[in-house]
Amino acid sequence: MNVAVAKTGNGRAVSDLFASAEGRLPGSPAVIAVRREAFETYERLGLPHRRIEEWKYTDLRALVGEVLPLAAAPDAAALKRAADAVKTQAIDGARKLVLVDGAFAADLSDVKALASEISVKTLRETLATDAGLLKTPSTDAVIALNAAMATDGVVLSIADGTQLSAPIQIIHIATAASASAFTRSQIVVGKGARATIIESFVAAGANAYQVNDAVIISVGDNADVAHIRLMDDAPDAVNITSQFVTVGANVKFNVFNMTTGAAVSRLQGFFTLAGEGSELSVNGVNLLQKTEHGDTTLVVDHAVPNCVSREVFRAVLDDRAHSVFQGRIIVRPDAQKTDGKMMIRALLLSDEAEAYNKPELEIFADDVSCGHGATAGALDDSLLFYLKARGLPEKQAQALLIQAFVGEAIEQIADDGLREHVIGIAERWLERRP
Amino acid sequence: MVLLEVKDLQVRVEEREILHGLTLTVNEGEIHAIMGPNGSGKSTLSHVIAGKPGYEVTGGQILFKGDDLLEMKPEERAAKGVFLAFQYPVEIPGVTTMNFLRTALNAQRKARGETELMVPDFLKKVREVSKSLNIPQDMLKRGVNVGFSGGEKKRNEVLQMALFEPSLCILDEMDSGLDIDALRIAADGVNALHSPKRAMVVITHYQRLLNYIVPDIVHVMSKGRVVKSGGKELALELEASGYAQFEDAA
Repeated sequence: MNVAVAKTGNGRAVSDLFASAEGRLPGSPAVIAVRREAFETYERLGLPHRRIEEWKYTDLRALVGEVLPLAAAPDAAALKRAADAVKTQAIDGARKLVLVDGAFAADLSDVKALASEISVKTLRETLATDAGLLKTPSTDAVIALNAAMATDGVVLSIADGTQLSAPIQIIHIATAASASAFTRSQIVVGKGARATIIESFVAAGANAYQVNDAVIISVGDNADVAHIRLMDDAPDAVNITSQFVTVGANVKFNVFNMTTGAAVSRLQGFFTLAGEGSELSVNGVNLLQKTEHGDTTLVVDHAVPNCVSREVFRAVLDDRAHSVFQGRIIVRPDAQKTDGKMMIRALLLSDEAEAYNKPELEIFADDVSCGHGATAGALDDSLLFYLKARGLPEKQAQALLIQAFVGEAIEQIADDGLREHVIGIAERWLERRP
Repeated sequence: MVLLEVKDLQVRVEEREILHGLTLTVNEGEIHAIMGPNGSGKSTLSHVIAGKPGYEVTGGQILFKGDDLLEMKPEERAAKGVFLAFQYPVEIPGVTTMNFLRTALNAQRKARGETELMVPDFLKKVREVSKSLNIPQDMLKRGVNVGFSGGEKKRNEVLQMALFEPSLCILDEMDSGLDIDALRIAADGVNALHSPKRAMVVITHYQRLLNYIVPDIVHVMSKGRVVKSGGKELALELEASGYAQFEDAA
């Protein structure tokens, strides 16, 4: 009964949302038909809630309630604010692709420099002829909503053998308060290519906004890819990001996620190891305070033999923050010699913080090496006392131990400059602690 | 000049009184040895002086350079010149020894209103001291005490002592877990740091350590009090006859 009421409520909200947005959603009539179908899926399901197993600990009906209306296309003032935000967010040497309130901002992006090495298109352009990008192998309601509402995104294709001379940084900027941005991007990495892709999520003046992003990545054989996501949204924002990654043979794919913002955030990553001999490393750090709720949900699917997957996650929780980590490793019947491990550790700095860690192994092959570990605990008093006895005040002693705690995950970032950048984000978060 | 005055100190841990009326005076430049059987309260005394939580002082006082030490936080005591060399130095994975040393030294300097030590000066100093203590440079790049042997951990404590230049060093069971060679290196390091302004309080079960660090004054503790004080010959006497006589006296 309760469910039906909630569904109706949310369904209507979405219908209004769709009706008011439809004229602004890009795509051919065929694409619009795909969008409508996605809407219907969403309307049928409503926002995910605690009785949906995958969303048990992140009940969006309770935490978010309703989906905000689609953000208007950014005006000149919004683009100016975004330009200022780009300056502070841009990583040295990276080539930028900027999305403002869900719209690609060509003037803020380095399209020309990028186009010399890779193919760059926007989702908007692609949808003029092809609805393929709106199709994702998932029955998840927020992903269906994304397919229905996505206004723009970047569609990148890196040709076989391309060694990118500089990282690509996709920057999502929110300037519109009380509005939603829906983005969907695709990144195709060719065989033997080498690339570093950074995604940043930030606010420029807006606070209570919602982000629903989807990224579809495919990596060709023998490629070497680093994918770093830095989520530093505004304190009252909601950010739900879904990643779909398919990896070929003999690939090195190294993922790092850093969460330092948003009232409610969820990164859900679906990784499929589809070629033998690949190494997937998915790592991350969630630094949460106040009443922030940060969820990392990962599914690593070993579909073929002889692959290695590693997940190292750290959550630091202050005040009344909640973290969720759900990690599932699936080993298909043929995927012999799989080596899959995950380790999640949560550090609780307050009695009222809560950590939900749920590692799962689904193993259908018999010759594999898989393992997982999950811990939650406070800072070690004996270490704190040692540091204080050497002259460090409480806060500084805590900061040093917290940095060490998250360090094991941050160390997984191979690039020195990016690693230092992420360490800097953690340091600034620690300095903001009262 | 008087450096440390412990007066009639009474300390409880979870309802149990460990120190009942301990008195001890340490002057600048002196080396004191505190000996006594297990459970006599030696380590409790060192922990209370350093400010470890979990101890309730129910009576008496501790003055350091004339100030009430018990009113200070552990980090304030450190900045003021109290150094406890731990019996079991902790391992801190993920914090390199070098980073730890620099952070701690600068925290102490800041607390004293001094400027931070410039990196080249700091590095030069660390290299000099670590060389004299036979601490390889690559150890300084590893996590604090992570994977260090017992001897290396104690040498790391002595290294910190040399860098922080405290006026009072309390060595809690420095000899525990060390073989003779490791003990000699650590003790040589300590002796090199002895100066007319710096006092040492050496806490030990065994006379052995006192062959290397020769005390001016030896105190015998039993059941939470100092029951006898004397010259270095008292340590030899203890070695010969044991603690039993003092347990009766207490």
